[in-house]
Amino acid sequence: MKCRVCRGPAVIDLKRHNANFCPEHFIRFCNQQVEKAIGEYDMFAKDDRLLVAVSGGKDSLAVWAILVELGYQADGLYIGLGIENYSDVSGQYAKEFAEARGLHLHIVDLVDEYGYDVPNGAKAAKRVPCSACGLSKRHIFDRVALENGYDVLVTGHNLDDEAAVLFGNVLHWQAEYLARQHPVLPERDGMPRKVKPLVRLDEREMAAYCVVSGIDYMLDECPMSAGNSHLRYKDALNLVEQASPGTKQAFFHKFLSQGAPFFAEAGDEKRAELGTCATCGGPTPNDVCAFCRLVERAGGQPVKLTRGPSRSGSTPTQQTVTAEP
Amino acid sequence: MIVELRNPTRTVEFDEAMSVAKLLNRLQVDRGAVLVICDGTLVPYDAKLPADAVVEIRSVISGGAA
Ligand code: SF4
Ligand SMILES: [Zn+2]
Ligand SMILES: [Zn+2]
Repeated sequence: MKCRVCRGPAVIDLKRHNANFCPEHFIRFCNQQVEKAIGEYDMFAKDDRLLVAVSGGKDSLAVWAILVELGYQADGLYIGLGIENYSDVSGQYAKEFAEARGLHLHIVDLVDEYGYDVPNGAKAAKRVPCSACGLSKRHIFDRVALENGYDVLVTGHNLDDEAAVLFGNVLHWQAEYLARQHPVLPERDGMPRKVKPLVRLDEREMAAYCVVSGIDYMLDECPMSAGNSHLRYKDALNLVEQASPGTKQAFFHKFLSQGAPFFAEAGDEKRAELGTCATCGGPTPNDVCAFCRLVERAGGQPVKLTRGPSRSGSTPTQQTVTAEP
Repeated sequence: MIVELRNPTRTVEFDEAMSVAKLLNRLQVDRGAVLVICDGTLVPYDAKLPADAVVEIRSVISGGAA
């Protein structure tokens, strides 16, 4: 197997691109795919301040590494979710990654700051763990971005993640979700823009990127993910992909270019006017936001949002723990 | 050859040398769902693994829904 670029020995074959790469040219390929996604969807500019949501897993560490490599100003945010046998270890990977590269990592711990963890919060709020977890993470992403003047929140969702979410939304004809499924969610009411620069790279490519560039990441899965529908959708799509490579990419990217416009209206209808949460001060269509209601039911304490310095070019106030080298 | 797999964590042993393709076939693992790592480096599908190799088969599929 020879590298498509230099004809040297290849270490990875990418069937959907009908290409093999050596380590050096594989890294270059990944960087190019991220740059292409940033440009294609107009995600952010070189002088924007980026906050990368880091879990300690392959995708978030890889996207952080690639953005730094491409010359963007990107800090990290790790959220301790209080999930037994998982959160402590995944946090360690995130900290070690940041320390080894001299990068700035914000750390927010649900138990320390809000007085609850994901398993108990989910039980108390009668939500499934991933729903309570997602709600908590989204709130904290916004809070840390707002308080520290970040323009953009970056997540490590890859092509497989997005294709699986799209598949689920199509299976249930969730028009409103389909209207919102895009690699860029615009900024709104002071909340940062949200972007997914890995939408042109799949899961295997991200794992390979980590191995080739020596990034240690959390291999164990979150115990809460076992048996969820997201994994079933991935399995189903992988079966199709095995028989016809490239199907997943066409499914997702052609949805964006050809299918999504048909659903735009469904999104507009549901865009309710937002007010201010009486408890935390964040944006919400209700008196109290869903996150503060979750915190209250879980017996935790709410945290008031303090709007930080203005965006772009400002010096961040560091209110969270910093992992410095 | 010693082969380490995860989820569940287990070790499988083979006496003879074989290619990555053959190994994955024997274990009935989809090549699109894993990476094969030997001595810390990625090995391609057509590589020959020596009889005394220690090989990790790493799943690449993660399951967070949020
Ligand atoms: S699998 Fe669910 S509970 Fe676990 S980290 Fe992901 S979203 Fe949170
Ligand atoms: Zn090459
Ligand atoms: Zn609130």
